[in-house]
Amino acid sequence: MEFQNSMKISFLSKSQNEAFARVAVAAFVSQLDPTVEEISEIKTAVSEAVTNAIIHGYEDKEGEVLLTCTIQDNLVEITVSDRGVGIEDIEKAREPLYTSKPELERSGMGFTVMEAFMDEVEVESVKDSGTTVKMRKRLKSLE
Amino acid sequence: MNFSCSVRTDSLIVKIKGEIDHHSCDFIREKLEREYARHNVKNIIFDFSDIHFMDSSGIGVIMGRYKSVNERGGKLGVYNVNPQIDRVFQLSGLYKNKIVHSFKSLEEAITNI
Repeated sequence: MEFQNSMKISFLSKSQNEAFARVAVAAFVSQLDPTVEEISEIKTAVSEAVTNAIIHGYEDKEGEVLLTCTIQDNLVEITVSDRGVGIEDIEKAREPLYTSKPELERSGMGFTVMEAFMDEVEVESVKDSGTTVKMRKRLKSLE
Repeated sequence: MNFSCSVRTDSLIVKIKGEIDHHSCDFIREKLEREYARHNVKNIIFDFSDIHFMDSSGIGVIMGRYKSVNERGGKLGVYNVNPQIDRVFQLSGLYKNKIVHSFKSLEEAITNI
């Protein structure tokens, strides 16, 4: 039989919540008994997506970030959504080293890290209405 | 978050305990700028022994120091980086482009930087 579970958290777009978000997902995913490496990869990807929502989505203004995590057997699916300004050019945003905010000393590596650490990364964004990043990872430790 | 530093010959050795993300970056950047300005050293060497998490925000802070270190003819180094954080460094091309030099230990870093 297929194992399924899911969780949903919403929190304010404060930088203190970046650690909260990645630890919450790590704690939820730990029921699958992943390797240290897998947990670390998931935490890093979540941290990147949540940081993007706070810095770029809401541009440091207050807003709500919605985080969901679904488990289906050994497949973990995570979404991070904001109702912020949206991304004008998704393709450009995903390019390594591209940043729309160089004055903040951002490395422009956020999406590259998400793509390297997760199996799939999908980005949906509507200008002035928000962005959703959906990431999937199949845990090899359970195969 | 705990930040301490010391000087060994012409290098500032920076030891950070905790996690490096966007939230902790401002604090680290401010401390680094101040300490590098007040010490007459060339290089900055980061001790990663007690850093258990770093995302690409950390890459931004380290890259951001390259200009000032370069102006003094110095280099940026890291040692004792765990495998996950090492991958973030590799992805960002900082090793390949010789912006950051990676070492196994403090002694190796001081001798070879």
